[in-house]
Amino acid sequence: MTFNDHVETLEEIEIRHQDTLCTNESRLVHPWWYNFKYTIVGIVFGIVFVKAEIISWFRIQEMFQLTSFFMYGVIGTAVVVGAISVMLIKKLGLKSIYGEKITFEDKEFNKGNIYGALIFGIGWAIAGACPGPLFAQVGSGFTVVLITIVSAITGTWIYGKFREKLPH
Amino acid sequence: MLELIKQPWHWAVSGTVIGLIVPLLLILGNKKFGISSSFRHICAACFSGDIKFFKYDWKKEVWNLFFVAGIIIGAYIASTFLTDPAAQMQVAPATMEKLQSYGISDFTSLMPADLFNWENLFSLKGLVFFVIGGLLIGFGTRYAGGCTSGHSIMGLANFQKASLIATIFFMIGGFISANLLLPLIFKLVQ
Repeated sequence: MTFNDHVETLEEIEIRHQDTLCTNESRLVHPWWYNFKYTIVGIVFGIVFVKAEIISWFRIQEMFQLTSFFMYGVIGTAVVVGAISVMLIKKLGLKSIYGEKITFEDKEFNKGNIYGALIFGIGWAIAGACPGPLFAQVGSGFTVVLITIVSAITGTWIYGKFREKLPH
Repeated sequence: MLELIKQPWHWAVSGTVIGLIVPLLLILGNKKFGISSSFRHICAACFSGDIKFFKYDWKKEVWNLFFVAGIIIGAYIASTFLTDPAAQMQVAPATMEKLQSYGISDFTSLMPADLFNWENLFSLKGLVFFVIGGLLIGFGTRYAGGCTSGHSIMGLANFQKASLIATIFFMIGGFISANLLLPLIFKLVQ
């Protein structure tokens, strides 16, 4: 039995790709438990978050007060490694482990990339975390950050509710 | 080896591992790296109502929720088994001094314990640092079309102009917030 045998309409596909880069481009339908491999990748990510102290509210303040190079080093290295990987995947025409061609798409610029980014940046320095570290902070025992996550889900819902009225 | 792992990791090591998550997700199933979308999938799964923005097949993106669950587990493993309990946070002296002037006194763990605890939940501190902080993150990331993972790592790695612009404005927002707003906020909540 598969987890999801719903066939998406074109409109649903379009909505799914609205305002996000992070999407599933695989056309394959797998049993739900195939997704546990992403949990394993997430575990690695969570370990790095803690071991590199990226989840620290203090590291974020240092970054924005320009008193430490650390966060710039982490993000900069990640971008370079990611970019080389993406270039190699494109150049070699690599396929996924299921034999599907790995695809990339370009995202059009819209005004949300400025207004939304400013709003997120303000929240980033206050909460001392971007979305990934929020989850890692909870796992590290700072359980009160669950409230921040619930608030972030609420913020996303408010955006969805008023999306059509906002400048894009 | 375990002793080595228990030390805080160098930025180049951490950045490399994070960067490698991009190709790993692509090779495992043509998935684009990102985190903030998880908030949207939760809305779509639980509170979609009649909002068009949440009317999509969230099950197609459920991998992202499995991924995020892994982050929670990984962080638990790292802080429980892979961290030297005696190790203290090293905060840059200039930042430490500034934060002390805001009234923060606990610099022992990853988060300032005087801010991030349940006792503060129903205070002005809780409202600002948890509720308003979270609302801005959730609203802002979706309006921006991604967060630090989606735009600043996945998007920049794929040379997207929109992601470069978003990243620049993430940083501008952060600089304004940390240097102009936080001093005022701390005056208000202390």
